Amino acid sequence: MGSSALAGRVLCTQQALHARGHGPGTRYAAPAAGMKLNERSLAFYATCDAPVDNAGFLYKKGGRHAAYHRRWFVLRGNMLFYFEEPGSREPVGVIILEGCTVELVEAAEEFAFAVRFAGARARTYVLAAESQAAMEGWVKALSRASFDYLRLVVRELEQQLAAMRAAGGAAPPRRPSALPPRENGCACARSLQSVAGDSPVETSAAADTQAHCVTQPRPHCGLGTLTEAPELGFVAVGGLVPALCQVLI
Amino acid sequence: MRYNEKELRALSRQPAELAAELGMRGPKKGSVAKRRLVKLVVNFLFYFRTDEAEPLGALLLERCRVAQEEPGGFSISFVEDPERKYHFECCSQEQCEQWTEALRRASYEYMRRSLIFYRNEIQKMTGKDPLEQFGISEETRFQLSSLPRDGLSARVSSRLDELD
Repeated sequence: MGSSALAGRVLCTQQALHARGHGPGTRYAAPAAGMKLNERSLAFYATCDAPVDNAGFLYKKGGRHAAYHRRWFVLRGNMLFYFEEPGSREPVGVIILEGCTVELVEAAEEFAFAVRFAGARARTYVLAAESQAAMEGWVKALSRASFDYLRLVVRELEQQLAAMRAAGGAAPPRRPSALPPRENGCACARSLQSVAGDSPVETSAAADTQAHCVTQPRPHCGLGTLTEAPELGFVAVGGLVPALCQVLI
Repeated sequence: MRYNEKELRALSRQPAELAAELGMRGPKKGSVAKRRLVKLVVNFLFYFRTDEAEPLGALLLERCRVAQEEPGGFSISFVEDPERKYHFECCSQEQCEQWTEALRRASYEYMRRSLIFYRNEIQKMTGKDPLEQFGISEETRFQLSSLPRDGLSARVSSRLDELD
């Protein structure tokens, strides 16, 4: 990694400290090595058997003044992996798709689009597809790829289902309160957090752990705590589980 | 593997689903438990030295197994290497259960399964696809066929078939 990457990390740390303010005992420590990540597990996730959310060749711009490299891209969940080629055992890299927007761009390359992250000196990934249809498919898929977005949709459906149960049957689902724009291929995942009524509270790395616990609000259905439906492999809202089991078993 | 570390660090500063100071021990043999600030944000588990603003590391929580470990702790391991465990020590059984529940639900794949299930439930009740109003009913990622071919998803889809 070059010195610019190191400078980037140092800058990031300084920004973090400024944003939060020093608590007593917070010490500035430039990371000696890069952040650790469970890369081996990531590689297995990238190449596992499960269906992918999108895949295809894209040209990726190396840097601001660099050339485009043709890579095999695989979108799985909120991870955009890229490989040398389709058969490769391990990805060259991954772009983690949280807090980004996807936009069309003016570029020398045809069918170009950008994955843009917020923040000062944040990276913008410029990618180019090989056809108009492929580009549109990618822009759509990437703009809805964040975990944030998925969680919002799930919560919305949970509330609808709970409302229907409370109303005792097939009440029409209520209008969605907050979801990103549908069609223009541009979705800002992070802004959804405040729109949905959560109050984003910055957590700090100070010693006071009470301040850190920011639990996302549970669905407002008033049916009590979440319980597990292990045979279904996920959690359903309490009170619904017996009813659901009756329907399904 | 290259990854956008700056953005991952920014993610570690986002509101957390859960955050607490826990004892943490890495998977290497002979590793010692250390106090860490552990923070769950989307499908990542970040861990910090307790007095530092920058994370030491992150675990992507996909294809992982979360298990309670005696006494008062839990472990995270990954499907491809189940013996390689990250150990965490909690201050109480309640905290332990709170974390294991949250971590089991923290993967993208788990969220996707939930969505597909709720979508079908609502469709059965109303005859309408609830994703239509959001304009995402054709999204590949929200189709039953997008689920991995494992026992869990097979059970989900066979239950849904029975409803037809």
